[in-house]
Amino acid sequence: MAANGQIKIFTLKIDGKDVSARSDQTVLQVCRENEFFIPTLCHLEGLSNIGACRLCMVEVAGQRKLLPACTTMVSEAMEVTTTNDKLAHYRKMTLELIFSERNHTCSVCVSNNHCELQFLSQKLGINHIRVPYRFPKFAVDASHPYFILDHNRCILCTRCVRVCDEIEGAHVWDVSGRGIQAKVITELNQPWGSADTCTQCGKCVNVCPVGALSEKGRSVAENTKRSGFLPYLTARRKEKI
Amino acid sequence: MKAKIATTWLDGCSGCHMSFLDIDERLLAIADRIELVYSPLVDNKVFPDYVDVTIVEGAVASVDDLAKIKKIRKHTKYLIALGDCAINANVPSMRNPIPVQEIINRAYVENAFIHDVMPKHPALPELLARVMPIHEVVPVDVFIPGCPPSNDTIFYAVAELLDGRIPDLTNKTRFGA
Ligand code: SF4
Ligand code: SF4
Ligand code: SF4
Ligand code: FES
Repeated sequence: MAANGQIKIFTLKIDGKDVSARSDQTVLQVCRENEFFIPTLCHLEGLSNIGACRLCMVEVAGQRKLLPACTTMVSEAMEVTTTNDKLAHYRKMTLELIFSERNHTCSVCVSNNHCELQFLSQKLGINHIRVPYRFPKFAVDASHPYFILDHNRCILCTRCVRVCDEIEGAHVWDVSGRGIQAKVITELNQPWGSADTCTQCGKCVNVCPVGALSEKGRSVAENTKRSGFLPYLTARRKEKI
Repeated sequence: MKAKIATTWLDGCSGCHMSFLDIDERLLAIADRIELVYSPLVDNKVFPDYVDVTIVEGAVASVDDLAKIKKIRKHTKYLIALGDCAINANVPSMRNPIPVQEIINRAYVENAFIHDVMPKHPALPELLARVMPIHEVVPVDVFIPGCPPSNDTIFYAVAELLDGRIPDLTNKTRFGA
């Protein structure tokens, strides 16, 4: 944004095509507006961006490193490349590592057929995982009266953490541990069912892109996620409607 | 010359083979181009010296599976991993986070109401410490994900191979399909 807080209009090039953008937009927003495909997992319209999954990497002319499109702001005369062999290679590798870290058994998963990870793997042409699976031992927390948390499927996108904090205002979720030990926790690592701060709103379940959070008592076909409410909610709050 | 085809199963449920049979009359359409030289569906008990295409269902879970897949790889030109068990070890791998002895003990001793003894017989293949996808053991040429992959997908893959092309299945199937 300009120093005086005014929004400017920039011209940039995406994959060689001239596009215009507002100075308060991210590269991802501008790419999506202009229908350039960029895979994302941690980004969700209506939540803050944290650049955690690294799937949305793009090349920007003059930058040595690849940049995450969801956290990179546009600038005047920027030249962005969204698709090439190098990006395809890294995106595939990133997804394969996500698969190898936990236990993804799609055929018996609550999210089979409506999972963002599953669909992206197909879209990016992944038909096997080249690194060995870790097969870690992770628990399932079914203590909540309505919802289930299955760490085996969690990809640590932290959408649940952000929606509960930023939209519901309850901040039940956090991430504990680092690296391969990291996992989402409710309250101070207490069973979700005993979390007094949880309002049972179900927002975390609906933004979870995979089968890590699901509703109890629903079949696989019924366990679809509805996250479309988010942009409206955030927009209406900004306008104080 | 007819293409020599073999099919076999390791640690799977035979669902992929059922899906393969579901190709139905289209199998007859390609029948004059293939010769089924080894399969649970035919009598031959010895894996032949040379096979053009071997389709393998199931994960590598026992010492038996391990020996089998190594032998198959040696005598096969194109090895196809058919289905999620073959590709990501799928349901059979759900035992992997738990030590083998604990699993066997739970199944045959703790939960048994009659005859609660650990099974031990020379004919029983020893289980590996962890169930593996085929490509962790030997190189695989074509991956057909799905649980099971549809008959259309399998037919397309076989037909492409018969025409001398490596099939691109990206739009046809995926994990869990
Ligand atoms: S979360 Fe998605 S990718 Fe993982 S097992 Fe479930 S359906 Fe498959
Ligand atoms: S149900 Fe609502 S309040 Fe409870 S953890 Fe999920 S988002 Fe937070
Ligand atoms: S539980 Fe779901 S939303 Fe939360 S971090 Fe894991 S995958 Fe993301
Ligand atoms: S969507 Fe940009 S890093 Fe996850």
